Amino acid sequence: LGLALYAGIQGSAVSGASFLYHDYCVIGAGPAGLQAAYFLQRAGRDYVVFERSHAPGSFFALYPRHRKLISINKQYTGKSNSEFNLRHDWNSLLSHDRRLLFRRYSRDFFPNADTMVRYLEDFASLLKLRVQYNTAIIHVTLERNGQAWNGHYFLLTDQDKKNYKCSSLLVATGTWVPNVVNFPGSEYVEGYETVSINPEDFAGQTVLILGRGNSAFETAENILGVTNFIHMVSRSRVRLSWATHYVGDLRAINNGLLDTYQLKSLDGLLEGNLEDLAIVKDKKGKLHITLRFYLENRNFSAGIDSITLPQDELDNFATRAPYDRVIRCLGWKFDFSIYNRSLKLMPGKGDIKKYPQIKPSYESRGTPGLFVLGTASHSVDFRKSAGGFIHGFRYTTRAVHRLLEHRHHGVPWPSTVYPITQLTNSIIKRVNEASGLYQMFSVLADIILLRENATAFEYLEEYPVGVLAELEMQTGRKAPNGLFVIIMEYGRNFSGADKDVFYYNRAVGEAQHAWQSNFLHPVIYYYKQLPTEHEMRLRPPEWPLPRPDAIHHIVEDFLTDWTAPNAHILPLRRFLENCLSTDLRHFFAESCFLFAFTHQKLPPFCQQGYVRMQGLMGSEGLRRHAVQAGLLQDYTVTDSSGDRPPDSHDRSQDQLLRDHVIPVRPLQHLVNAKDE
Amino acid sequence: MPAHEDRWVSSFVFLLFCASSIPVWGSVGLLQEPSPQSYFSSLEAGRASLAFFTPHVSPGAQPFLEQIESSAQALQDYGISVVKVNCPKEDISRYCGKDNVLRKAYLFRGNILIREFPTDALFDVNSIVANVLFALLFNEVKYVQTLADLQNIENALKGKSNMVFAYVPATGTAEHRAVMEAAFVYGTIHQFVLTTEAALLESTGNDDPDVSSAWLLFCHCQRATDPAQPCRRTALGQPLTLLNIHRHLKLMGAPLVTEVAEDPEKVSTVHLQLGLPLVFILSQKDTYEADRRTAEFVAWQLLGKAGVALLSRDLVDLNVLHRSNVALKTPDEGLPIQYLALEDTDEVITLVEDKNKVKQIQEEEEEEEEEDEKENNNQDIQDDQVVEAVSRDKKRELPLEQILVLTEDTFHSSLSEAARTVVLFYASWEAVSLAVLRSYSEVADHLKGTPGVLLSRVNCWDWPGICSQENVTQFPTIKIYGKGEQSVTYDGMWGTEELTSFIILSRFSCPLRLATRDEAEGYLRGEFPSELSSYHHTSLLGVFSSATSEAQEAFEEAGNILSGHVRMGMYFEDDALALSHKYSVSPPALLLARNRGRSVEGISLSKQSVQDMVQMIRYELLDIFPEITVQNLPQYLQLTKPFLILFSDGAISQMESQEMLKLAKGRPQQTFVACWLNL
Repeated sequence: LGLALYAGIQGSAVSGASFLYHDYCVIGAGPAGLQAAYFLQRAGRDYVVFERSHAPGSFFALYPRHRKLISINKQYTGKSNSEFNLRHDWNSLLSHDRRLLFRRYSRDFFPNADTMVRYLEDFASLLKLRVQYNTAIIHVTLERNGQAWNGHYFLLTDQDKKNYKCSSLLVATGTWVPNVVNFPGSEYVEGYETVSINPEDFAGQTVLILGRGNSAFETAENILGVTNFIHMVSRSRVRLSWATHYVGDLRAINNGLLDTYQLKSLDGLLEGNLEDLAIVKDKKGKLHITLRFYLENRNFSAGIDSITLPQDELDNFATRAPYDRVIRCLGWKFDFSIYNRSLKLMPGKGDIKKYPQIKPSYESRGTPGLFVLGTASHSVDFRKSAGGFIHGFRYTTRAVHRLLEHRHHGVPWPSTVYPITQLTNSIIKRVNEASGLYQMFSVLADIILLRENATAFEYLEEYPVGVLAELEMQTGRKAPNGLFVIIMEYGRNFSGADKDVFYYNRAVGEAQHAWQSNFLHPVIYYYKQLPTEHEMRLRPPEWPLPRPDAIHHIVEDFLTDWTAPNAHILPLRRFLENCLSTDLRHFFAESCFLFAFTHQKLPPFCQQGYVRMQGLMGSEGLRRHAVQAGLLQDYTVTDSSGDRPPDSHDRSQDQLLRDHVIPVRPLQHLVNAKDE
Repeated sequence: MPAHEDRWVSSFVFLLFCASSIPVWGSVGLLQEPSPQSYFSSLEAGRASLAFFTPHVSPGAQPFLEQIESSAQALQDYGISVVKVNCPKEDISRYCGKDNVLRKAYLFRGNILIREFPTDALFDVNSIVANVLFALLFNEVKYVQTLADLQNIENALKGKSNMVFAYVPATGTAEHRAVMEAAFVYGTIHQFVLTTEAALLESTGNDDPDVSSAWLLFCHCQRATDPAQPCRRTALGQPLTLLNIHRHLKLMGAPLVTEVAEDPEKVSTVHLQLGLPLVFILSQKDTYEADRRTAEFVAWQLLGKAGVALLSRDLVDLNVLHRSNVALKTPDEGLPIQYLALEDTDEVITLVEDKNKVKQIQEEEEEEEEEDEKENNNQDIQDDQVVEAVSRDKKRELPLEQILVLTEDTFHSSLSEAARTVVLFYASWEAVSLAVLRSYSEVADHLKGTPGVLLSRVNCWDWPGICSQENVTQFPTIKIYGKGEQSVTYDGMWGTEELTSFIILSRFSCPLRLATRDEAEGYLRGEFPSELSSYHHTSLLGVFSSATSEAQEAFEEAGNILSGHVRMGMYFEDDALALSHKYSVSPPALLLARNRGRSVEGISLSKQSVQDMVQMIRYELLDIFPEITVQNLPQYLQLTKPFLILFSDGAISQMESQEMLKLAKGRPQQTFVACWLNL
């Protein structure tokens, strides 16, 4: 309330002037808007969030109607790693404040939507985010100005005709406009947004539900026990999220009707184009399904009796039984109405027409400086990854913020420089704990930029892989010596609406078959040069990236724990060694000592550790193990007894280094395409 | 296969036996030693004998005698006797009397002298047999030197008999002997032609002849009808040995195409006996002529590699597919005949040739597979000594009771508990971290009961928040947190001793401010502070008068940098001057006390910058003639000077040490590092 007041005062103070200016304007105080506000606030930027409601998260105040969120709120993972735990927390926003973890708000695995509203209120207030409530932006237009960041300012007008001017506009309005279909008789259809949620109201009724998404099934689930039967109609076949690995498809928690349908308990699913449908109401108030085709050139007012019903010609027509109610649950779309034509904010094509057209950098295709965040940005990874959901867009929002920080404030993408000896470690660390890579698989990627001679590297986290070609321009980091891209992928031919995802031997266990892994697993792409935009455009369909110089799959793991020394780390190390023609093994100081006398060039671990007086002495027990493994020469015996021990177990150290000739194969052999 | 080989070997032996069973002299193989008279009188017409005349055994002729004795048996096989004739002393006849006694051997047929050989041409059994037979078979084996000669012979033979043309790089060789021995048997059937001219080899259409190895061609001149065309040739694809030549000639002598009218299972030809496959061309009455032509064509292609038979399906009731047109019978017993439907003659030829190749390839493939497997195995084998050592040790439970486990919740509160908290930041999955953790547990053991020091650890895999907050980007990292001080990151060797010493030294401020002269003296002797007395460090004392504050500040800065690695003290009381004069320097100065104060070196401080000071202190702490060890090598490497190393098996002697010291000290400013290494 205090904040709203504060904003109100500021607003009124300048109300005499025509515009109130902010560098960043965010429309919508939902999860994405608040997440963006958090990063802007932490960076000390001049921003404001406009929210038409009196509180954040107004979508969640109404939806889902039956109040059960289907996003996972896992209390226990057996791990304390906060980053890792975010992989199984689909509701929290990113912040430094440990109080703002969703599991502190609800103990339910599928929490109540009211909790989300409360959480978002706390998020805004605890972090003191600047949100201007009760401000509905009703019009957005552009003002050309050469001085502006993008050559234009965004002019926003609210319901009270108050005007705001911004250099950058972040649209986080979600998709809240319900999809409707128009057909003869559609006036008899109730909408999901208003339909009763009290099962009592459906007792003994026969119900037809239009749509086949989670909202349709959620509605069906609620009344399944009291209705005569429920039929569901939609154009496409049902897509189950456990078969597609897409959280937007039908979740198992909602699919009770599938069970009753397949067990012939009167409920049913049908496929058909809703546009061809027509509904007529008889005198008893029952609703009959017919086809638009029959109604054409007919006087509608003539009454039900004159209208042909499909069962008149086909007496076993599936939906011949009359319905008491028809409910529309067809999802939502982006509100395009408030944007002036000059912004060229166009709907996408086909499946993604409910979303505005944006680039993989989340910037509008029509207007520079306009970024779409949150659910509305899902066109980038629709039906692929999690960008339309809190647990996905919290990361893409951070990525957009980092892009903006570099573009407008000269702050390069955060990175850490490590010596090359840490290469394997830094990859293993990230693939095991990073939540952004895991949730936004195939969309966000970690980038490793190699320094000259591969002695060091720079690590960039969670960069949008779709704009890899623009990396240098977007991040301010240079990639002249090649790069690794670390990304997570499902097996390419594994998931799909009609695929059997439970077939025998679906899981791969051996490292040499890692490329055939089906479940989410890390993949490392190696490029000698940054791919060009042309190469990005010509990449194979369904590939997140163009063909690399080399690729490595870390074999999928049942526990998603990729720290096994032989199955995970060793093959990865060999891959990195092959790419860089270097030796990334660790050595005890004793071996480095020997190398110092016998080799001109020391392995990086010796060079960067031992020679700089940070060698690994190792305890006696460990050195003994290394000797037993034949990997370390035994000098203690030589010293004490004076005669050499039998050469049975120890290969000489010199031999060891020579044997470790890195097989430099033509790199394309390392490229294993799953569909080849 | 071996059975067949035996069979044809035995048949050849039998042949030789026939050849050699012409009665000779009565007894076989032994040298006769008759007198010249009895020798000449015993010569029978048509009988060949090789004789050499010897008055008495001279030692120089011994090798020749040995060779000729061992060749006697071989020549005996060809009905040639070897005779040693004893010349009486007074005999000065043609053979006995001349100087050429024992320099020459004589070949007689009957009592006609055919050839006399200088003994140096008869250097071994091969050359003796080859040359003797060459001389005897003068008519049977034509020696040619020019292409024209060869063509003349070839043309003369056309339509009459076949020719065997052999090239040997030199006469008297094993190959030459093999050819001659074959000529002895086959000389009446085929015309043998021999050359040593490499030029002739090229003219035989052999593209890249290897002139260093012998070569044999069978020229089918008997069938040649066109006088303009050279005879068809079939080369012997194997090394020239008697057996191979014999086998080759036998194959050439076999009919080109055998017509069979019985069950192929029962058919046996010379090819099968010699271990070669037999190809059946399945024929029908209607296509007989064409089939016959095909068979002949194939037979020519496969000559020497396989036999070809024409099998009439009309005569034999074959229980095979009608479209089968070729059958292959291999010499391996027990293998069934393969019936095949092939498209053209090339396929027949490749069928046979590949049969041989397939075997080779299979063997090679097997080898390759093994290699692949090996390679794969290599790929799977852990070759990282640290990772392997740690994983071998993972079942052992570490004694970590002394080390406090810190979490996100306890981290900050724990830091305020002890005067000094040592924190190991590590990742529980990372090998080097785990290796250091083992050393760290040993450190904890050493430091048990040391007051004011708390050892603790943070697993960054569990608590990434603390680690990034404490700016830990690499594993492992050790930081020492002192109350109200900035944390110090450990940058020394990851070893128990080094870490223990670092923690101990870190307990005291660096440099340690000494208040009294007694303390300063005690410090130099290593007795003060008493907690450090059991550690043998070189002590470094900075002595300053009040006027030298600048040098003193630099010294204090240097102390901060070297904290934990060097034992540094500082004294700037009123009597600092007196203390320094005792070691004949004046403040600002460094006193360097080695061996518990037994030798104290005074060094005047002239350099003022902190970096220089640090550099100098590090340098001064190095030994002049050190033993190079794993621990101290990096320190000396940092001097970036060449090493002069005395390698020693065991400790070095006093004398060696003195000599080297002289050498090390003698050079101005040490252009190299003199050191020794215990092997």
